[in-house]
Amino acid sequence: MSTMPAAIYTREHYLNASYGWKSWLLTRDHKRIALLYLMSITFFFFLGGAFATMVRLELMTPKGDLFEAQTYNKLFSMHGIVMIFLFLIPSIPAVLGNFLVPIMIGARDLAFPRLNLLSWYLYIIGGVFTLWAIVAGGVDTGWTFYTPYSSLFSNTHVVLTVLGIFITGFSSILTGLNFIVTIHTMRAPGMTWFRMPLFLWSHYATAIIMVLATPVLAITLVLVGVERIWHVGIFDPAIGGDPILFQHLFWFYSHPAVYIMILPGMGVVSELITTHARKRIFGYSFVAFASLAIAFIGFLVWGHHMFVAGESQYASLMFSVLSFLVAIPSAIKVFNWTATLYKGSVSYDAPMLYAMGFIGLFTIGGLTGLFLATIAIDIHLHDTYFVVAHFHYIMVGGMVMAYLGGIHNWWPKISGRMYPEGWARLAAGIVFIGFNLTFFPQFVLGYLGMPRRYYAYADEFQVLNVMSTAGASILAVGYLLPMVYLIWSLKYGPEAGPNPWNATGLEWQTLSPPPPDNFEETPIVTEEAYNYGPHRRASV
Amino acid sequence: MDLTVAHQFDDAEQQQEASTLGMWIFLATEILFFGGMFLGYTIYRAMYPQEFAAASRHLDVVFGTVNTAVLLCSSLTMALGVYSAQLGSRRMLALFLGLTMLLGAVFLGIKFYEYYQKYEVGLIPCAGFTWAGPNPNQTSLFFVFYFIMTGMHALHMVIGLGLMTVLVLLTRRGRFTPSYYTPVELGGLYWHFVDIVWVFLFPLLYLIDRSS
Amino acid sequence: MSEAVIERKTYFFVWAVLLAFLGVTVGVAYIHLGWLNPVAALSIAVIKAVVIMLYFMHLRHSARLVWVFVGAGFVWLGIMFVLSLGDYLARSYLPKPTTWLP
Repeated sequence: MSTMPAAIYTREHYLNASYGWKSWLLTRDHKRIALLYLMSITFFFFLGGAFATMVRLELMTPKGDLFEAQTYNKLFSMHGIVMIFLFLIPSIPAVLGNFLVPIMIGARDLAFPRLNLLSWYLYIIGGVFTLWAIVAGGVDTGWTFYTPYSSLFSNTHVVLTVLGIFITGFSSILTGLNFIVTIHTMRAPGMTWFRMPLFLWSHYATAIIMVLATPVLAITLVLVGVERIWHVGIFDPAIGGDPILFQHLFWFYSHPAVYIMILPGMGVVSELITTHARKRIFGYSFVAFASLAIAFIGFLVWGHHMFVAGESQYASLMFSVLSFLVAIPSAIKVFNWTATLYKGSVSYDAPMLYAMGFIGLFTIGGLTGLFLATIAIDIHLHDTYFVVAHFHYIMVGGMVMAYLGGIHNWWPKISGRMYPEGWARLAAGIVFIGFNLTFFPQFVLGYLGMPRRYYAYADEFQVLNVMSTAGASILAVGYLLPMVYLIWSLKYGPEAGPNPWNATGLEWQTLSPPPPDNFEETPIVTEEAYNYGPHRRASV
Repeated sequence: MDLTVAHQFDDAEQQQEASTLGMWIFLATEILFFGGMFLGYTIYRAMYPQEFAAASRHLDVVFGTVNTAVLLCSSLTMALGVYSAQLGSRRMLALFLGLTMLLGAVFLGIKFYEYYQKYEVGLIPCAGFTWAGPNPNQTSLFFVFYFIMTGMHALHMVIGLGLMTVLVLLTRRGRFTPSYYTPVELGGLYWHFVDIVWVFLFPLLYLIDRSS
Repeated sequence: MSEAVIERKTYFFVWAVLLAFLGVTVGVAYIHLGWLNPVAALSIAVIKAVVIMLYFMHLRHSARLVWVFVGAGFVWLGIMFVLSLGDYLARSYLPKPTTWLP
């Protein structure tokens, strides 16, 4: 622990280059904007977690005894809406992407810094509208807003909520646009596409999805809002409207959205594995192209959410086959990460622990997706806890662990301080155990037939539900620990230096924390991305 | 130091390349945004062809055609505006921007008059919708999409007028030169896109079945 | 600037073409062609859109990358249309079940 005044206090960097709330709220520095996002996203994460806590408390007993039915509907709806739109979709891209994309390509900032700031404000405004809706009583439609319930019958604050999500959607679109233009036009000399870290390939693929899918969500929400406000029955079967049309439009965005909620995590994992196994990635171009393939094929599979909704069987068949296809690039990535670990010099730091957890849990989540993509099985499993477990394995076991791993991995770069490794490893372990205890029983519950979104269930499901709630409480501890020690490290953590992991990548060639323009002078890239190996000299 | 080049860019060329690409990507998002409405329209038209055809005949073809011509002219004036900017002709640029705005305003005027006419005869789905023919409900779906699609288009036109206003103000301040007129170019791209949306809206809404 | 300057007369020519196609669209709409009517209307709309993009929007002289993103917008729109309409069109292919299977 350092007792000398840290160089962090004396050298100019992005954190101390200017002071005052205006210098933060009107900043154009992508690094500061990333931190603004970090704080707001953390708030929404814990808000979504609070809703989850209430859900899991209710589910400890088979009867609906803690909340009324409609209240319970609101709880799981708000949990989903907050976690998906206000936490997961922005998470890695808005925090780590914003911070690292310019640095990793050797640029001074993103292509459109003011648009970046606007993105954050749109996110906040959308979040405020959603919060307003929550405080006013929330929505009970599920995060999926299926019509005609959401557009005609629900008595809750649908319009306010969809307005909030609509605005947040533009935040997403602008972030994606910024990333695409930046990566195309602002790479440093020598930084060819195939010398870019895979983090950038993943974020590029994510940005494509953000840009092409989110507008469809926007118009869908507009249609729901219009139907509610003016009672015009766009999706009302009584006047000839088609609720399935809503589902097509909704899932055209929301399925690719789940790839927005995993691709950045995969990008992080590629970095964590290579850094902490000190080995070049196995099959770089396969991983790079797999990211693009996931993004593209991900647009072709949305109908697998509608197998039992009245979709034609031929269409369902097509969507099923395409859904199998999308598993292939994901599997390629898992193989390649595992192969990278083989004969690597693995250090079991917290980032590596999170990355390994990701690989295992994402694999389980992904494989169970194949179960659901099989129409015959889906008939039985649709709308059961099997689905809930499936997507939580990917989004929480996958993306959230990647997010935490990334925060730890780049914490030294962002803050200039090292976090306490012992506590971090402990927290990673607690998260892993808590996660599995929470969600593995849900696979069993779903297979046994427990429906999702129900607050009361058959008595024989109670044991598994109690296990799940117990796991959730452990998981909560695992998530709270980093809050404590990361903040602690800001004051008491040892100074990190430019490259504490001795990793490759342009971000590690500059100071920690970086200067406002990222580099003292524009770097020139002459090596491939993961240039580890016996001939590589330590750079620190 | 060239004050028109933002600090994150290395030179004016990189800035122009990035800005242009950015605007085109934004327009691609707009294609998907309007596309959702076009999809809904397509599906309902396929489900209720008779009702949609009958409803379409209640739209005023003359107004629709005139409006289309007005927008096509405004695209011409916009393109000539960009041309003037390329040649550094400030007065002509301001003139063409003004003409574009004028034509845009004419379009909106006609549009809102059409809306008012629809209100008077009871063809607005939430405001006293009355339909003498068969299947009023399915027919009302046509008008729902008519108002939403043209309304969304009109909203984009209003935003376009706002952009043009900003461009006129910047032109008067002498901001644009032959080596820097990117905002004019980008404003033009947006304007032409909104025109293209109307080019599709017009036949799909006004010309479903005029031969009966 | 590296932008090519298109001649004014090209703009006027394009404008005349657009107005001419407008006339054709309206005229053809009054002739009964059955299923060809919407085909004609959409085809003309597509031609007008392409012409506006190529000349008024300078797409003809734009970078290849811009072409890719314009194309992507339309391809993705196509994906949305084809797969959604595929569902609707295929709904009638299989007969509705008349008895429940045990």
